[in-house]
Amino acid sequence: MESVFGMVGKDFAIVAADTSAVHSILVHKTNEDKIMILDSHKLMGASGETGDRAQFTEYVQKNVSLYQFRNGIPLTTAATANFTRGELATALRKNPYMVNIILAGYDKETGPSMYFIDYIASLHKLDKAAFGYGAYFALAMMDRHYRRDMTVEEAIELVDKCIVEIRSRLVVAPPNFLIKIVDKDGAREYAWRQSIKDAPVSAA
Amino acid sequence: MARYDRAITVFSPDGHLFQVEYALEAVRKGNAAVGVRGTDTIVLAVEKKSAPKLQDSRSVRKIVNLDNHIALACAGLKADARVLINKARIECQSHKLTIEDPVTVEYITRYIAGLQQKYTQSGGVRPFGLSTLIIGFDPHTGTPSLYQTDPSGTFSAWKANATGRNSNSIREFLEKNYKETHGQETLKLAIRALLEVVESGGKNIEVGVMTKEHGLKQLEESEIDAVVAEIEAEKAAAEAAKKAPSTKET
Repeated sequence: MESVFGMVGKDFAIVAADTSAVHSILVHKTNEDKIMILDSHKLMGASGETGDRAQFTEYVQKNVSLYQFRNGIPLTTAATANFTRGELATALRKNPYMVNIILAGYDKETGPSMYFIDYIASLHKLDKAAFGYGAYFALAMMDRHYRRDMTVEEAIELVDKCIVEIRSRLVVAPPNFLIKIVDKDGAREYAWRQSIKDAPVSAA
Repeated sequence: MARYDRAITVFSPDGHLFQVEYALEAVRKGNAAVGVRGTDTIVLAVEKKSAPKLQDSRSVRKIVNLDNHIALACAGLKADARVLINKARIECQSHKLTIEDPVTVEYITRYIAGLQQKYTQSGGVRPFGLSTLIIGFDPHTGTPSLYQTDPSGTFSAWKANATGRNSNSIREFLEKNYKETHGQETLKLAIRALLEVVESGGKNIEVGVMTKEHGLKQLEESEIDAVVAEIEAEKAAAEAAKKAPSTKET
């Protein structure tokens, strides 16, 4: 079962996701990147139906780009979250996307922010959030240890605590995780947490 | 002749599409625009007609980005340009979404030209009144390209070209003076060409320089003034050199 979770720190936001691509009882790959970099300062971690996940996050990414070309300035994180929720809501009663999303971004004026958007188009602005069975464990750890003014090191320690809980307590726990961070310097990959290594494959 | 203007789907007896030709007239009245292709730099320079004092000139951008690696300048009806540019920007993203690859310059030129042609063969619409100059680097090979489209929907690649007001004089100048250049030399050639028909000075010209690494860079007025000053100095030096031997004759 897939896990995606995120938290907001002092002047950054972190999104962590497992990296397993699973089909019924078969693990296709253990290094699937589920955290799309939407633009220079936005991350979108997504879990759910594989095809929908890739299709929908790419669709949002291209629309974020289009807005920037049309208007000369980037979308804010809040605007992106509302756009994403709107697309999910419109498709919901016809052809729903089965994707759960954690959107994190850094805006110059308002700092870091994070949005929880589930597959039935609920939207919540939060400091900590999680999806999947792993959420039971991640949220518990975050409720216990999270503080709004954490530094990057403290936040990563908390992320690692969550990952340890997921690995040890979830029956079909994903072995590998990817952590990405967004702050004033932009959105980027932070670290992998691997307990099983695939043969190196170039990204699609 | 008057009978053949109405619905542009109708040919005149001597094979003209008058609406398309009238659209080309509209282009000829538009501001001058020049494009020059170098080996590692492509430059677009557009005439800026004197802005009314109260107008905020930052809201009137004549050289626009279609994607990270493609830019466009045009001459003619600016409102028509907005529509075409918007459609082209959507197509750039749509192509990336379905093909997972950025567009080539030729692809997006073909797309824009295709749109312009469609409006010469539909009922109840008029052609777009603009010609475009499209520049960019191929996303894989890195080769620079410059293309031009016009209201009839034809397009072709150029080493250097001009459109809009006095484009014939500018093209003549380019034909005489074009050579393979790179970097600053390409920029100077483009500005020199435009200065043939435009009053010199940073506030009358808008310049965009595209490189593979940095994409499109719009030059500040001060930067343009600096290059113009360089060009004028070179011109003056050339004039002086020409005059020097003739002083021997009296």
